[in-house]
Amino acid sequence: MEQVIVCNGLTKRFGDFTAVDSITFEVNKGEIFGFLGANGAGKTTAMRMLCGLSTPSSGKATIAGFDVYKQTEQIKKNIGYMSQKFSLYDDLTVQENITFFAGIYGISDAEIKKNGDDLLLRLGMQDQAKKMVSSLPLGWKQKLAFSTAVIHKPKIVFLDEPTGGVDPVTRRQFWELIYEAADNGITIFVTTHYMDEAEYCKRVSIMVDGKVAALDTPSNLKEQFGANTMDEVFYHLAREAKRGE
Amino acid sequence: MHSVIVSHLTKIYGKEKKVAVDDVSFSVDKGEIFGLIGADGAGKTTIFRVLTTLLLPDGGSASVGGLDVVKDFEQIRQTIGYMPGKFSLYQDLTVEENLSFFATLFGTTVAENYELIKDIYVQIAPFKNRRAGKLSGGMKQKLALCCALIHKPNVLFLDEPTTGVDPVSRKEFWEMLKRLKEQDITILLSTTYMDEANLCDRIALIQEGKILSIDTPANIIKSYPDVLFAVKATNMHQLLQQLLRYPERLSSYAFGEFAHFSFKGTPDTDGLVTYLEQHGLKEVMVKTADITIEDSFIKLLG
Repeated sequence: MEQVIVCNGLTKRFGDFTAVDSITFEVNKGEIFGFLGANGAGKTTAMRMLCGLSTPSSGKATIAGFDVYKQTEQIKKNIGYMSQKFSLYDDLTVQENITFFAGIYGISDAEIKKNGDDLLLRLGMQDQAKKMVSSLPLGWKQKLAFSTAVIHKPKIVFLDEPTGGVDPVTRRQFWELIYEAADNGITIFVTTHYMDEAEYCKRVSIMVDGKVAALDTPSNLKEQFGANTMDEVFYHLAREAKRGE
Repeated sequence: MHSVIVSHLTKIYGKEKKVAVDDVSFSVDKGEIFGLIGADGAGKTTIFRVLTTLLLPDGGSASVGGLDVVKDFEQIRQTIGYMPGKFSLYQDLTVEENLSFFATLFGTTVAENYELIKDIYVQIAPFKNRRAGKLSGGMKQKLALCCALIHKPNVLFLDEPTTGVDPVSRKEFWEMLKRLKEQDITILLSTTYMDEANLCDRIALIQEGKILSIDTPANIIKSYPDVLFAVKATNMHQLLQQLLRYPERLSSYAFGEFAHFSFKGTPDTDGLVTYLEQHGLKEVMVKTADITIEDSFIKLLG
């Protein structure tokens, strides 16, 4: 199986603080990989290294075959990124956001037109094309944000708490988009605080104090920790955390 | 005794006349933990801002501790604690400085009401000389709660106190709230996490400015109208797609490791299993589901 993220002993230190402490794992092509951890466990720092935004202190990693030390520009071209905090420009219209994001990824004007139209059609948002993003309900914004994050057909998309604050119905519609992207061969790397969403992942890693404390399928993790739910697994591991709080 | 009374409250924003809060009525008893449960944009924050006298209503009325939110706003401000959704302490003051600043504003001292915040404050005391802006998310949240409590308010307003907080810190936060409840402080809070609804005495489910349902969590669950089943198979995505196409389907959606499913007519679970197996699903299992607040909310949104 093709591995699109390969991470070996990846470490990030800030002064004498080791934010990410020698993490090792692989993610397969088309896999939905859940990246969980308590606040302050090192998830964001790890993700920044994987996205080519932060140089590791030591260890190795390749993203879509590109090295996190030397090939950060190629990494950025081959990934998509969406977070709850930043995704779209509120004061641009739906159409303008699509054109803008497709444009930065170097997609040609003709393709932008075609991909953009396809995208609007798929989301059922043709009538909203000329509306400001700020006027859309949050659920629509999130779905549009995800679709623009994968408009350049990246190998991997990183989703940082994509469903925070969204109602339960919209949250499920959002996961439908994730499944669809995964079926099309896009690898999904997702963080969440909703433990039921951990169940939707093929495999889940749980970070505690900068280390990967557990990594397996949800059902294996529950068996390993004698737990009924992922919530219990998470609680079991994260309450041992020494740092942060 | 009612501590908070909201009566036909309406708030309309801007030129577009967007109705943020639409004829909302509810009341909160003294010492009760009352939860407003709904997504971002449902109108929760607007209700909080009216009740904390930061925003004037466009219709209806509201009172806090018997005081009117429009006429008696100054008195209300003396008797309530408010923790806004956005971290609003002074980032460049230390933990200790923020706390004594808020105590002074309300004409009291940290020492006078220390007993009330002790349990929470001891957890952040080791960092008392750190600037608030340099604290972790969990510590910021604890400091904000201390600052909202330092003048011993009668009513505490917590706007999404646990958003973006991990499950372990969320549990700790709820332990703190239960201890405050024992001190007879009324707590009105909002959350987007359905599992927190069960920890409230009563909840209001809110969507697009309207209250969909208001009751104890147990009663809301009890009034769920359908028989709900939990279905499992090896491939969740395929399972969801096949359930969607099943002719007898009333509703179906992912729910953790299961899909929740209800039938239009009389439930025929054997028929469902056969259908799913014929469509290539493996290790199919169907059992009665435990209904949760999230199921009720999904039904109401339906």
